[in-house]
Amino acid sequence: MQSFKAAAPHTTPDMFCHSSFFLRGDDDFNPANAFHHDDSVDLSSSSIFSLKSSNVDVVGNSLHYDAFNTGIRAAEIVSSGTGCLDTGQFMYQKGTTLGNGHIENWGDSGLADNSQQTDTSTDVDTDDKNQLQHGAIITVDQSKLKTGDQKTLRRLAQNREAARKSRLRKKAYVQQLESSRLRLTQLEQELQKARQQGIFIASGLSGGHGLSVSGNAALAFDMDYAHWLNEHQRLINDLRSGLNSHLGDSELRILVESVMAHYDEVFKLKSIGVKADAFHMLSGMWKTPAERCFMRLGGFRSSELLKILGNHLEPLTDQQLMGICNLQQSSQQAEDALSQGMEALQQALVDTLSSACLGPTACGNVADYMSQMAIAMSKLATLENFLHQADLLRHQTLQQMHRILTTRQAARALLVFSDYNSRLRALSSLWLARPRN
Amino acid sequence: MHCQTGSWGSYVPTTRTTVGDPLERIERLASENAVVIFSISSCCMCHAIKRLFCGMGVNPTVYELDQDPRGKDMEKALMRLLGSSPAVPVVFIGGKLVGTMDRVMASHINGTLVPLLKQAGALWL
Repeated sequence: MQSFKAAAPHTTPDMFCHSSFFLRGDDDFNPANAFHHDDSVDLSSSSIFSLKSSNVDVVGNSLHYDAFNTGIRAAEIVSSGTGCLDTGQFMYQKGTTLGNGHIENWGDSGLADNSQQTDTSTDVDTDDKNQLQHGAIITVDQSKLKTGDQKTLRRLAQNREAARKSRLRKKAYVQQLESSRLRLTQLEQELQKARQQGIFIASGLSGGHGLSVSGNAALAFDMDYAHWLNEHQRLINDLRSGLNSHLGDSELRILVESVMAHYDEVFKLKSIGVKADAFHMLSGMWKTPAERCFMRLGGFRSSELLKILGNHLEPLTDQQLMGICNLQQSSQQAEDALSQGMEALQQALVDTLSSACLGPTACGNVADYMSQMAIAMSKLATLENFLHQADLLRHQTLQQMHRILTTRQAARALLVFSDYNSRLRALSSLWLARPRN
Repeated sequence: MHCQTGSWGSYVPTTRTTVGDPLERIERLASENAVVIFSISSCCMCHAIKRLFCGMGVNPTVYELDQDPRGKDMEKALMRLLGSSPAVPVVFIGGKLVGTMDRVMASHINGTLVPLLKQAGALWL
């Protein structure tokens, strides 16, 4: 029965189930056309076929008349295990021999006539109906078959959907990999070109490792600083509540000392940060924009400290007043000296980098170029020292202020300074969130 | 007191060519003036420290080690004296060692530098 063999491979299992020869879909089946019990054909085989529809080959083979018997026998084995098919109305329970016998009949009569129309599955449907009406008798438990079939159909559909989605995902992933690969080769090419042009890439000596190390240092400092700031706020709040609740001097002193000791911590952090990534510290990217705007040499201006305190420190004794004035003056002078040193550094870099060897005559003079770069490098190394000195200046200014003032005055001073900075940070947030237009 | 941009205080050229201990030479030079700074002309931190003293109205005596024939030895001696590098800038006041930039700045902030300068006669009220 070549016709049967032809039909199955061309139909999807879906279609096959719906347009099965043996079961005419859920809606098509007309109980009126039901066949007599005695002449029933093992229709259950169709549902078994639908169960097995994921394996089209089996179905295809089963359609073939020659394999039909074996298919049915296989179906029997299968069906005996499946609950939904196990109804009294299914013929295969009644006995295999009967089913086989009838199938044979079917094959002889109905199927033979059907063969002409089996190429198109739609035709098969209606013709099948006619054929079956004429020939073989099929008894079927419609509802059970329908739900069973529906369940399996649904399951199959879901499987197909899942498979399709997974295929799409795989495709997307592969595309992503491909584009990343392209990007990587592009970057490598750019790097190669840059190296050939003799651009001195400091991290090039240690590969990409150098860049990642300094990146990590910057990140590490940012995180440590954020932790420090949180702790600082907590200590300041304690100090504030202590001052407001009119604590005794000795208790207040403990609070003040803890804030001062905590300031020691941040200067240690900054010292590590400067050694690890001086440019990051200098950039002030670890501060908010408004803070960054007013910073000098990697931190707050020590001369500003006393200006911020203003007359919050009053009343001061004459000695204290003199001490504060001297501190104001000396911090200003030290700050100016460091600034002028930095200017000299920049001028030296300008002189080095704009020197004659980089002119029109000496494009290929690598030795000169490298020696100038070496000088520039040593100049740049003093940057760390300047940042270090600036931090020392800040730290010492704070400590001297603490020495001059009484405990209560120092508490007030620390609160004022801290509030100023937190307001500056709040200002940054407001500024960043301001409505444009 | 106006600080000249050209010359830093008085530069004393050495006439004696005795092969002496560089440290001895340093100490001798240091005691000859109220404020003595050993420096290197290309060093930016040395520039900063010079500006600091100038800004205070002090006129320091500066020895540029890179312009001295025995500068290298003196630099090494200073490194041993200080126990760290860089050797410059280093400041002597009243013949006594004060230290490098951080020590000078710390003493200025904590208020001990000015009395020291007055004591050595480098500053008048």
